[in-house]
Amino acid sequence: MSDPKEYEDIPGTFVFDADRSRQGYHLNMFCISLRLQESRDAFKADPEAYLATYPMSEEQAQAVRDRAWNRMLELGGNIYYTAKLAANDGITFQELAALMTHMGSEDYRKMMFEGGRSIEGNRSKSEWEDK
Amino acid sequence: MAKVHAGVGCSHVPAIGVAMDSGITGQDYWKPVFAGFEKSREWMKENKPDVIFLVYNDHCTAFSAEVIPTFALGCAAEFQPADEGWGPRPVPVVKGHPRLASHIAQSVILDEFDLTIMNKMEVDHGLTVPLSVMFGEVEDEWPCQVIPLAVNVVQYPPPTGNRCYNLGKAVRRAIDSYDEDINVMIFGTGGMSHQLQAERAGLINPEFDKRFLDLLTEDPVAGSQITHLEYMREAGSEGIEMVMWYVMRGALNDDVEEIHRHYHVPASNTAVGHIILENR
Ligand SMILES: [Fe+2]
Repeated sequence: MSDPKEYEDIPGTFVFDADRSRQGYHLNMFCISLRLQESRDAFKADPEAYLATYPMSEEQAQAVRDRAWNRMLELGGNIYYTAKLAANDGITFQELAALMTHMGSEDYRKMMFEGGRSIEGNRSKSEWEDK
Repeated sequence: MAKVHAGVGCSHVPAIGVAMDSGITGQDYWKPVFAGFEKSREWMKENKPDVIFLVYNDHCTAFSAEVIPTFALGCAAEFQPADEGWGPRPVPVVKGHPRLASHIAQSVILDEFDLTIMNKMEVDHGLTVPLSVMFGEVEDEWPCQVIPLAVNVVQYPPPTGNRCYNLGKAVRRAIDSYDEDINVMIFGTGGMSHQLQAERAGLINPEFDKRFLDLLTEDPVAGSQITHLEYMREAGSEGIEMVMWYVMRGALNDDVEEIHRHYHVPASNTAVGHIILENR
């Protein structure tokens, strides 16, 4: 089947497809390692040394250092993996979502409580052009 | 012979598990989420299954980026709750049903669905949260055995809704041909609309969700044709995990009765949906 990647038209979204998965492999393996306490301890003790054991790109390593959550996704990270890094930092899933939307935790929580982000105006990149 | 009488569709939002584990389900925020499961817990007591065939996805916990099976069937005697980075959920070990699971594997693979067989697997909130919401708090053990079917919905593309629906039919044929008199219930879990990532995080689409539930009950053939693009665009990049409900639907009769439906926004980042269907 042909794959025109029509989903690239969805705004504010990085679909974790095979290309991103390939690009993000070592970044994601680093993140998932943090689900275990011994890895969290090692990362805390010496972040740079621990990071160096995963052969990710320098851009990806920098995104990790900066906790640049959207940048990690753009470089092949997947949210379920990067959430492990967030958990390591004591950030909940909802706080992480707020960070990625640049809304602030209170505003994000309020938006969700009031029914979430509407689908209207959020289907296609063309609808985001004026933003 | 083994029988399938009913199916359950249910979100598996991790925060729901956290709310139960930390005893805050009575708070105003959580009350309406759990109120919709009160009837379900009564119904579970009246229709107690011997085994639940539970379709869910692993959230990069038991499966790392190293191995990504599309369909992985849990054939082990037990499955430990996994540490997802916050410590394992304080819930009982999940007991499997290896004899039925291996029968299903054999039958379904000869039916041309090429499953991965898991003889050792940890299970994350995707599996344990639906058990918790449907059974309520449990002490030392879950009330029944569970056969997990882990579906890849994390790396695009997941299996299509159509593929899931047809796999459900093959699972049903397998259960119908199993030689023990047991009651097998099917759970399809995940969803409903939600997006957890990037700038569009927080997306919720109640119209899509309602239509999804309507089609699931009344016109599953049409519903199974919902495309991946439509799921991701309309229900959010993580909403695509709703394809898993179609494995459950495929394992039921074409004609079902909708016993119960519950829908609430939000639980954390997600729309909570739940349905109980009985074969007619
Ligand atoms: Fe999920």
